Amino acid sequence: MTILIQGARPYGEDAVDVLVKDGVIAAIGEDLSSTAETVDATGLVLLPGLVDLHTHLREPGREDTETVLTGSRAAALGGYTAVHAMANTDPVADTAGVVEQVWRLGSDAGLVDVVPVGAVTVGLGGERLAELGAMADSAARVRVFSDDGKCVADPALMRRALEYTKALDGVVAQHAEEPRLTVGAQMHEGERSARLGLTGWPAVAEEAIIARDVLLAEHVGARLHVCHVSTAGSVELIRWAKSRGVQVTAEVTPHHLLLTDAQAEGYDATFKVNPPLRTAEDVAALRAGLADGTIDAVATDHAPHAAEDKECEWSAARPGMLGLEQALSVVVDTMVDTGLLTWREVADRMSVRPAVIGRLAGHGRPLEVGEPANLVLVDPGARSVVDPAALASKSRNSPYAGRELPARVVHVLLRGEPTVRDGEVQK
Amino acid sequence: MPESLSHRHLLEAADLDRDDATLVLDTAAQIESALAGREVKKLPTLRGRTVVNLFFEDSTRTRISFELAAKRLSADVINFSAKGSSVSKGESLKDTALTLEAMGADGIVVRHSASGAPHRLATWVAGSVVNAGDGTHEHPTQALLDAFTIRKRLGRLDGVRVVITGDVLHSRVARSNVRLLHTLGAEVTLVAPPTLLPVGVDSWPVTVSYDLDAVLPGADVLMMLRVQAERMNASFFPSAREYSRRYGLDADRMARLGDDAIVMHPGPMNRGMEIAADVADSPRSTIVEQVGNGVSVRMAVLYLLLGGNA
Repeated sequence: MTILIQGARPYGEDAVDVLVKDGVIAAIGEDLSSTAETVDATGLVLLPGLVDLHTHLREPGREDTETVLTGSRAAALGGYTAVHAMANTDPVADTAGVVEQVWRLGSDAGLVDVVPVGAVTVGLGGERLAELGAMADSAARVRVFSDDGKCVADPALMRRALEYTKALDGVVAQHAEEPRLTVGAQMHEGERSARLGLTGWPAVAEEAIIARDVLLAEHVGARLHVCHVSTAGSVELIRWAKSRGVQVTAEVTPHHLLLTDAQAEGYDATFKVNPPLRTAEDVAALRAGLADGTIDAVATDHAPHAAEDKECEWSAARPGMLGLEQALSVVVDTMVDTGLLTWREVADRMSVRPAVIGRLAGHGRPLEVGEPANLVLVDPGARSVVDPAALASKSRNSPYAGRELPARVVHVLLRGEPTVRDGEVQK
Repeated sequence: MPESLSHRHLLEAADLDRDDATLVLDTAAQIESALAGREVKKLPTLRGRTVVNLFFEDSTRTRISFELAAKRLSADVINFSAKGSSVSKGESLKDTALTLEAMGADGIVVRHSASGAPHRLATWVAGSVVNAGDGTHEHPTQALLDAFTIRKRLGRLDGVRVVITGDVLHSRVARSNVRLLHTLGAEVTLVAPPTLLPVGVDSWPVTVSYDLDAVLPGADVLMMLRVQAERMNASFFPSAREYSRRYGLDADRMARLGDDAIVMHPGPMNRGMEIAADVADSPRSTIVEQVGNGVSVRMAVLYLLLGGNA
């Protein structure tokens, strides 16, 4: 298939034409001509397809809330060409069989590359290592291992996991939450939790694990990735660790870049998430950390939930919120429109670096001739109000309902094939 | 009595501004005097109205108090004891709400172990919701009856120095009292071991102390909170005995209170833990009086929320 993209602005810079042929970028230049299908991309920003390090697709186990197919649609509409599917499914993705099943469902859906994350421990039980090597060697080629949703709390086990994954060129993605400090925790511990009578989730429960793990990673010379960093203190610790040369990377979610614990007022459990929404000071520190590169990546932590698991008492609700379809818009709102990131840096934080962390060949590549045509075209001037009923996800738990956000994903190509055209998903 | 409250629900003490709170207390006083000496202790005000007592958590005393209040206003009262919630088994809170809505409940009095459950309920029903205690959040009618009791005993609330002692961290009574007493002009001091004070308490309109003996002489009101002995298993304090020694109210400590100071407790008491038996039964104690005042105050709340356009 051949497509000529006319007048696109790579990284938001000067407009050029881009010829896509046989899955790769065949030519870049002014006034290219072709008999092929043309896409009028006047005014649209061209970026490498986005890569999500942290998505919950819920299949197998909770197909009532999301499937690999519906999650793939949501991802494509969000501008993604690759997503990492977290391991906390039912059954848990802790064997080669389960990760291969998820991988195959992803390739059947054919909208984004679905890259399974393998569990670090059997059944996310935190007691013994899952067969990490078998998952790495499987057809799914797992490189990211995580017990996300649960912390690998045992320090000896975490050390072994870090060490063992060195042989796999893998990385342990830690959900940093000291479980003894978050028993029954419901929201950020501070003024609001005190007043609302909800058990607090203290920042120190995240920071203590990050501090421990960067020291462990340094000690054994392994790579560590920190999931969904949520506090100013965590940003400081990661900055310090990087300055020491520790091989640590980190991600922040769109919702932690935008929302604060003020959302808990009224007890609408749509806003219950783990780690919890924090304070305005934390939000500012996270934005600054993402801007200066201390935080490497934006990852959605897209977490679909059934209505009955959200329309209930706050303490009974499951934590998590949707993210795939609005992630780029939130990043534009919080980082681009505020002058904190250029479009080139958006590509770096949402495509290039996540692909490197996940060891994904073919994603997060430069916009150059010969590179895979995993591309997204974004209308930076569009604004729209988020309507959960209109989302492609099977669930409706969007924290952005009713909020006006900038930027719209117009076209997406996966290896040269359109997965989204004019904002419409193709499968 | 043509006045009404500014909110349709009573979910937390912050729903009441000073005028609202004073109106509730004044209305309770009027109801008391209207009923005083009557043979039939009943007013026709809420005839034809339906009040549902929706209790997801056992609380015989609060349920009885609301039941009596509604019955004395001639409302039809239904007690709905919903054991379990969407947390465990059974019908979800939302389905329960929609059921009550379909039955035409005018007022729903709700007690729930989850903080914020009444707020959620209020978004699903057309009737008025009264929070009868939600988790570790609030218990606004308890604060109203406490304020009513203080005003009755001391004649005022403005400038009254109230010391609240005990498990503030887990206490909905403390949260409601801090807010309401502040609204009504009282000066509140919280006393507890640091483990039983929430992080963030420094943003509350209170003074905080770890030393009960130091604040006793200046107190007009000493309110003792229930402390559950099982808290010591989570290391909030080393032992019941140590807690009692440092933060319990015994006769010696009571003797250091000013002459007119009163001792309150929302009940149920742990005699010998936070309060000694001889203190609980002393003339300074308002504990039994609080129970009676609770009915009057709850009548006032139900009347003001439901009595308007029948």
